[in-house]
Amino acid sequence: MKPWPFEYHRANSIEDAIATLGRHGEGARLLAGGQSLIPMMNLGLATPDLVVDVGNLSDLAYVLVEDGVLRIGALATHNTIMEADASASACPMLVVAYHSVAHHTIRNRGTLGGNICHADPASEMPLVLTLLDASMVIRGARGERVVAAGNFFIDAFETEVEPAEMLTEIRIPAQAAGEGYAFEEMSQRKGDFAIVSAGCRLSIRKGQMTNVRFGLTGAGAQTRRMSVVEAKLEGAGPDDRLLAEAAELAVVNSDPSDDIHADAAYRLDLVRTMSRRVLAAAVRMTAKQGAL
Amino acid sequence: MRTQKVELTINGTTYSGHVEPRMLLSDFIRQVARLTGTHVGCEHGVCGACTVQIDGKTARSCLTFAVQAEGHDIRTVEALGKQGALHPIQEAFWEKHGLQCGYCTPGMLMRAEEFLASNPTPSREDIIEAISGNLCRCTGYQTIVDAIEHAATLLKSQTAEA
Repeated sequence: MKPWPFEYHRANSIEDAIATLGRHGEGARLLAGGQSLIPMMNLGLATPDLVVDVGNLSDLAYVLVEDGVLRIGALATHNTIMEADASASACPMLVVAYHSVAHHTIRNRGTLGGNICHADPASEMPLVLTLLDASMVIRGARGERVVAAGNFFIDAFETEVEPAEMLTEIRIPAQAAGEGYAFEEMSQRKGDFAIVSAGCRLSIRKGQMTNVRFGLTGAGAQTRRMSVVEAKLEGAGPDDRLLAEAAELAVVNSDPSDDIHADAAYRLDLVRTMSRRVLAAAVRMTAKQGAL
Repeated sequence: MRTQKVELTINGTTYSGHVEPRMLLSDFIRQVARLTGTHVGCEHGVCGACTVQIDGKTARSCLTFAVQAEGHDIRTVEALGKQGALHPIQEAFWEKHGLQCGYCTPGMLMRAEEFLASNPTPSREDIIEAISGNLCRCTGYQTIVDAIEHAATLLKSQTAEA
């Protein structure tokens, strides 16, 4: 299948990209690595009349740690981020989760910025960035604004980024020393879209769980952080029965639908099993790091 | 339909054509450069048959517009070897029956070359993960894994001789 015809503009700077978007109005799309947008265009699901290619803005491909924050340029590719020492030292959960994200060849070209602006509800990184309390830097004609991940993702395929704006940076606070974290995913083929994925991070102080973050994809129409599950665990001791109850709470708060990959009943089974797994794994990891 | 001049460097040779911006790199390679070794399967990034290398890294040529590839170095399966002078990875696929119909083979080869350059002594599990993005409907994959394992040995002995 071939995309619909479109005009092409290769942006030579962020300013050029934003100005071009502003002049054109709706119907223009930014093209970064193209690993989400181009399949949608090939399938006729996206039909932009202007494509603004920002793929050559290599100044935005950095991954670095500064003042306890992992700063990722919006055009850094998944493989660049996954393999960067800065990621491993500041945000190891990001690296662990990346093992479930797409196939090597897709990660060679796909960018984190493009991935999260696409905001596919089956995609892992919107969930992971939400659990890591990330924030996004968005640039427009009138300057820059910073939006927390919790507000950035509005709905399936919908984010805070306005038609004449561009995401320029992702900021992730470094994970605390001794923190436990886990990410798991079930898919039909490793690297394919998740049927269900689950993520969790937490610390344990004086026998109590604290700073609990927990969420799922595939448990409903949207990626979701489950604050009701977090609240149940926050301040409590990490005993097995409580973790099992928390997993049940995740099931009760899930509302998956049937699709060609899995029916709702199977997804709920996965929610239960994978919630228990990531919670237990995160607790185990804090124990290993001597925090208990 | 508006076309524009696109000039691409493929296997060290420059090819130019007046094409629409929507022309996929896979179509430019096959129809403009007439390099038909690169195969086109699903055209939405799932099957891996159209895998080429851009600046040394594998890419789906069906998920890249030809205009995007200007100024970058593109390599296709034609860069590996030819009849009578096969690349060691091609030789290994031939010897270990790593193909039947041959449709997935160019993509498998380009990915195998990139993979073996970064991991010259892979385990079978490493190989399985490495080619997880390339579909084969004939072999059941076992002989492809055998072939890539064998290719690693051939490449190692080649390096030792050099």
